[in-house]
Amino acid sequence: MEGVVLRSFFLSRWMWGMFALPFAWIAWQVWISMAKNPAALGPDPAQTLVDYFGKAALYLLFCVLAMTPVVRLTGWNILMRQRRALGVSVFLYALLHWTAYAGLLLEWQWRALGEDLVRRPYIIVGFAAGLMLFALAVSSNGWSVRYLGPKWRRLHKLIYPAACLILIHLIWVARSDYTEIAIYSIVLVLLLIARLPRTGRRQTR
Amino acid sequence: MRNQIPTVPESQVTDEAVYLSRRQMLTAAAVSTAACLSSGAAQLVEPSPEVNDPAPEWMHSLNNGATHSALSTNETLTPYEYVTGYNNFYEFGTSKDDPASNSGQFQPFPWEIEIAGLAEKTGRFELEDVLKDLAVEERIYRLRCVEAWSMVIPWLGVSLGAVLKRFKPLGSARYVAFETVYRPEQMPGQRSFFAAIDYPYLEGLRMDEAMHPLTLLATGVYGRSLPNQNGAPTRLVVPWKYGFKSIKSIRKITFLKTQPPTTWQQANAREYGFYANVNPAVDHPRWRQSEERRLPGSVFNTNRIPTLAFNGYGEQVAGLYAGMDLTKDY
Repeated sequence: MEGVVLRSFFLSRWMWGMFALPFAWIAWQVWISMAKNPAALGPDPAQTLVDYFGKAALYLLFCVLAMTPVVRLTGWNILMRQRRALGVSVFLYALLHWTAYAGLLLEWQWRALGEDLVRRPYIIVGFAAGLMLFALAVSSNGWSVRYLGPKWRRLHKLIYPAACLILIHLIWVARSDYTEIAIYSIVLVLLLIARLPRTGRRQTR
Repeated sequence: MRNQIPTVPESQVTDEAVYLSRRQMLTAAAVSTAACLSSGAAQLVEPSPEVNDPAPEWMHSLNNGATHSALSTNETLTPYEYVTGYNNFYEFGTSKDDPASNSGQFQPFPWEIEIAGLAEKTGRFELEDVLKDLAVEERIYRLRCVEAWSMVIPWLGVSLGAVLKRFKPLGSARYVAFETVYRPEQMPGQRSFFAAIDYPYLEGLRMDEAMHPLTLLATGVYGRSLPNQNGAPTRLVVPWKYGFKSIKSIRKITFLKTQPPTTWQQANAREYGFYANVNPAVDHPRWRQSEERRLPGSVFNTNRIPTLAFNGYGEQVAGLYAGMDLTKDY
């Protein structure tokens, strides 16, 4: 038992480290673009960063949804203890995505932000998904689990509508070609199907 | 024609990026004084020595004869690597760096242009003959993308009107339609199963827009022939409209009586109109149009500038739309 706890301790440090990698890489690119080579992030770096953080959040979301099926297939229950790190990372990258959009692209023009939130459907659904991810992230701790009891499980089912809203956000952002979206949709549908509860088996937390 | 100087910040007006040309060619039609005679603005932009220009000899001599145009702006040029490396040309892929990466196998020469419709001279013509003996100018234009970013680009080309006149369009021709080449074997984006737009790409102009002195049929950029990703061998540049009107790799020109369909209008008429005049007063369902990012920007400075009506060319073109409601005819 102690071995599992110790391995889990180090694994979760590893996981947090891994999730920080995309951030570390892009932070390094930002430094390069400011100190050495302005072309490092292209001519529109604000837009590049918005896209980058969005992609990172999306890929991590796939990992979150894949966790239960992977554990079922491999029996590596130890992975389940890393779900918090993974889930919170999704929110953090979504937050960076929004921060890059609001702070770098829109340069904190509140009127413009408000306008977007009211007039642009793809922003509205994205923001709604973000709010759901926020609720999931802040309740990802032992205290919330104890305080909410059975309601915690219901709250965390929010990941499903959040994933759907994110997909709609992507569909509405796309205008030139839907190949990438088609791939993401298929992956998402497969992951959601894989998470359907099997009869007679309880899902481990 | 007086040079159009838009109200841009002082930091924008500099020639540091202009490549000084060894040829000093001032046109007889005197270049306006203050704006253009600042260091080097009257000189042409020369290509970087390492640029490999595979165009045939006739295209080289056409472009080498270019003279400076009074229609050029003197704003800071967008660097060559971005003009030729950050493009929307979905025929080659939808990322901004796809066209430069994926257009290597495209063959722009030899090239035929088909002229059709309400004109005395129709048929297929070699591009060399279409452009023969026309005066090429270097025109430094602002290009404003509908995605709310913009560049300043030193094009080489001829007045579209001069080309169209050669085919003697009939009086009944009120519109001109343009078509991009359809070559899915050389243009991977055209093969995509999930493409959101139909190919070949279609565009159109009203006759007076097509004949306007500003409308350019480009044959080169930055002192060289057009790279494939910029619409080789020839493309439109209509600087007072959103960039998607400046159709690339033109294969066919048709003179019509009625307004022709255009690709983006067909894809989403609510977002993309026929006229597509740059208009900060008309909002877009996706992007705020009252401002734009003048590329290149840096991480903490997007180089945000106000968008000007008609992209700052209002003095020359606003008259074309007198009496029209541009919120309806967007």
